[in-house]
Amino acid sequence: MDKIPILRMGNHLLVTIQVDLYDRLAMNLEADLVQMISKTGATGVLIDISAVSIIDSFMGRIINNIASMGRIMDAETVVVGMQPAVAITLVELGLPLTGVYTALDVERGMELLRSKMQTQDAATNFEDYDSDPLQ
Amino acid sequence: MPTSTLATLKKKKAEILEGWMKNQLESEGLREDLISNEDLRVQSNELLDILLDNLSDENLGNVESPSFGPVIEIIGGIAISRARQGFSARETGLFILGLKNAVIETLISRNNDTSAILSDILKITKLFDHFSIESFEVFIKGREEVILRQTDEISEISTPVIQVWEGVLALPIIGTLDSQRTQVVMENLLQAIVDTNSGIAILDISGVPAVDSLVAQHLLKTVSATRLMGAECIISGIRPEIAQTIVHLGIDLSGIVTKASLSSALKFAFSKLALQVIRAKQV
Repeated sequence: MDKIPILRMGNHLLVTIQVDLYDRLAMNLEADLVQMISKTGATGVLIDISAVSIIDSFMGRIINNIASMGRIMDAETVVVGMQPAVAITLVELGLPLTGVYTALDVERGMELLRSKMQTQDAATNFEDYDSDPLQ
Repeated sequence: MPTSTLATLKKKKAEILEGWMKNQLESEGLREDLISNEDLRVQSNELLDILLDNLSDENLGNVESPSFGPVIEIIGGIAISRARQGFSARETGLFILGLKNAVIETLISRNNDTSAILSDILKITKLFDHFSIESFEVFIKGREEVILRQTDEISEISTPVIQVWEGVLALPIIGTLDSQRTQVVMENLLQAIVDTNSGIAILDISGVPAVDSLVAQHLLKTVSATRLMGAECIISGIRPEIAQTIVHLGIDLSGIVTKASLSSALKFAFSKLALQVIRAKQV
């Protein structure tokens, strides 16, 4: 069974999808990634899909799921390098992936994750001041 | 007698041509600006030649006869070239009908007893009516081709993607956005984002005459697709009327950065890229 490698880079996890995804592979990736987040305590996940040329509603949902799962485990997900055709397909399928951060390439994605970490740190420091008594 | 009619026509070809040319030159619809008299004579002569060559006793009464193929072909060619030159449908129709008048006039002037050739005249009338309808059809088809080509050209030239700064793309949209154009706009923009590796795209809609819910939906789609690619999309050039329509239609643009003018959008882009524009010191 094929496996998509999940690399650890400091606080972040790097997933580079080099093959066209099929359903089983995507589901395995979802399970592996969640395991990995919990094992490493990563705070950011970066998924590079620049080599993916075909995506369907199922795959769009998996990406969305990964992001949502990551979020509740305190890891932000950035999807980078989406091809134009894939972007158009997802929009036409009604899957704008609103909960997922995006970036043009891995470099910018890493930058985005780092800046998210910083703002998150800053937010934790001032949590008491921000909390709304009505909520 | 039919034979004599046909023979008269073939014999009197020069006379018919003269009569026809005279009709055309005298008519108010003569367009010397579009076609010269010599060219007109050549064209008329060619059509008359082919027609008389293919006309026979058998097919005179049968407009559907395949032997008129070459005639229909040449009429089609004339109609198409006239459509492209800018003739009106009326002028093209009168060209064919003028030949009919010339033919009938010649026949009448050659025969003292017109009742004898009445049935032939009827047949000829029917034949030419068929020809002129054929010419109309081809003429309209020619016009439609022109319109289609222009539509393609408009959609091609009206969606340029401009790189206004390193990492900033601008896409001024001129004209109404429909589904087909949005598709072209979206594809061009996304491809340009990949090609130039730009992080910010400005969609300027100051040239869009009206925004309805469909156009807004198309804009939102483009913005979503840009975001999926990892770039940020700013919509600029929102005129007061458009702002009114958008709010009245209840379209939610809250998730999108919107600016009133292209310059403020560019300013926003600069601040996103941590760039600053400063006035050069005067020497």
